[in-house]
Amino acid sequence: MNRFMINWSGYIGLILDGALVTIQLTLMGSALALVMAFLAGLGRLSRFFAVRALATAYIEFFRGTSIFVQLFWAYFVLPFFGISLTPLQAGILALGLNVGAYGAEVVRGAIKSVGREQYEACTALNLGRWQCMRHIILPQALLVMLPTFGNNAIELLKATAVVSLISLTDMTFQAQVVRAQTGNTLVPFTTILVLYFAMACVISWGVRGLERRMARGLDGVRV
Amino acid sequence: MEWDWNFVREIFPTLVDGVKITILATLLGSVLAAIVGLGIALARRSPNRLLSRTVGFLAEFIRGTPLLVQLYFIFFVLPDIGILLSPLVAGVIGLGLHYGTYTAEVYRAGIENVPRGQWEAAKACNLSSTQTWTRIILPQALPPMIPALANYFIAMFKETPLLSAITVLELMNQAKSVANSSYRYIEPITLVGAFFLVISLFSVIALRWLEARYGRIER
Repeated sequence: MNRFMINWSGYIGLILDGALVTIQLTLMGSALALVMAFLAGLGRLSRFFAVRALATAYIEFFRGTSIFVQLFWAYFVLPFFGISLTPLQAGILALGLNVGAYGAEVVRGAIKSVGREQYEACTALNLGRWQCMRHIILPQALLVMLPTFGNNAIELLKATAVVSLISLTDMTFQAQVVRAQTGNTLVPFTTILVLYFAMACVISWGVRGLERRMARGLDGVRV
Repeated sequence: MEWDWNFVREIFPTLVDGVKITILATLLGSVLAAIVGLGIALARRSPNRLLSRTVGFLAEFIRGTPLLVQLYFIFFVLPDIGILLSPLVAGVIGLGLHYGTYTAEVYRAGIENVPRGQWEAAKACNLSSTQTWTRIILPQALPPMIPALANYFIAMFKETPLLSAITVLELMNQAKSVANSSYRYIEPITLVGAFFLVISLFSVIALRWLEARYGRIER
């Protein structure tokens, strides 16, 4: 009987504290991932072999090993090379670099999906390479990238759960604390599952809204 | 701290034990994901609105929440209602369910990619529903699915380290336990990373081959 007498309000507060950490990780990880995605994605399309090779190595390395291993490596092995990171820094670094590698392929694919005639028009208008990329190609490619970026952001949100294993007090970690203190398993885990799902829904709504905004005025342009 | 090859030689057999469990979990998880995905894909096509909506929402929910939390749920909550699972079984169920929601999309896309004309032709030839599926639709829908499915199985393979959180003694867990008992992290964790990287690089090559062999859709 006294299993149901637990005062949940304190524990819910604990989980909400964790939710803030999860949100923080998702936002900062996404920001890093976005930067890395563009750097590596454009790098793979570079004229210079060295840049292409570097970008390809980065992408294959971070897509080839799992986020879990990368996180542990950043947290446990880097200190031996003299780089000590707090759990939060290690988490953001691993999440951002990992998802950035997936994002880079999206950037590359989207840029390649822009038709050849757009590049030819650039040449005809005597635009430089950078001008062409910045004003003609990217605005069109961005719209193609957006839905997949939304999915990547949700993948990143889901991957944040892993940081609880390097003792960062995110939502999953707090749920484990609640489990340890109350012995109840159903309530904490169901709560965080619902919260994660709610956050994923917010991301996908946000991305869909952004997509609609950016597609405005493009009707009939795209086939 | 320096890289120590003697230590590597010492811990290698333990890590190999872990590799076996990792591979076992991946294989069993893949089989389960293939079956669960088919079930979800068929349920979502069902004319019964209640069934297709419910399954659709559940799949969406599983896809929107972290695998780690689902593993905790299966491992910690189910015993409370009398379902006791060994860590490996719980892990395989978690992997299978989670990736089943992804493979369901592969099945759906594969079936939808068969041109409408094929369905109409089957009807015009007076084929029964079973004949239409087994003779016309599936032979065309299945081959293009193979690379996409393989892609998810590789993704699942890379997620197996999560099973260490529910005490499955797979590669990551073995590495952590030798690291904790010897206070040396560089070698075990780096070896785990190298192992996953090598397997992934090979699987990328295999995937390219599968795509060249099966990926094309003939129209």
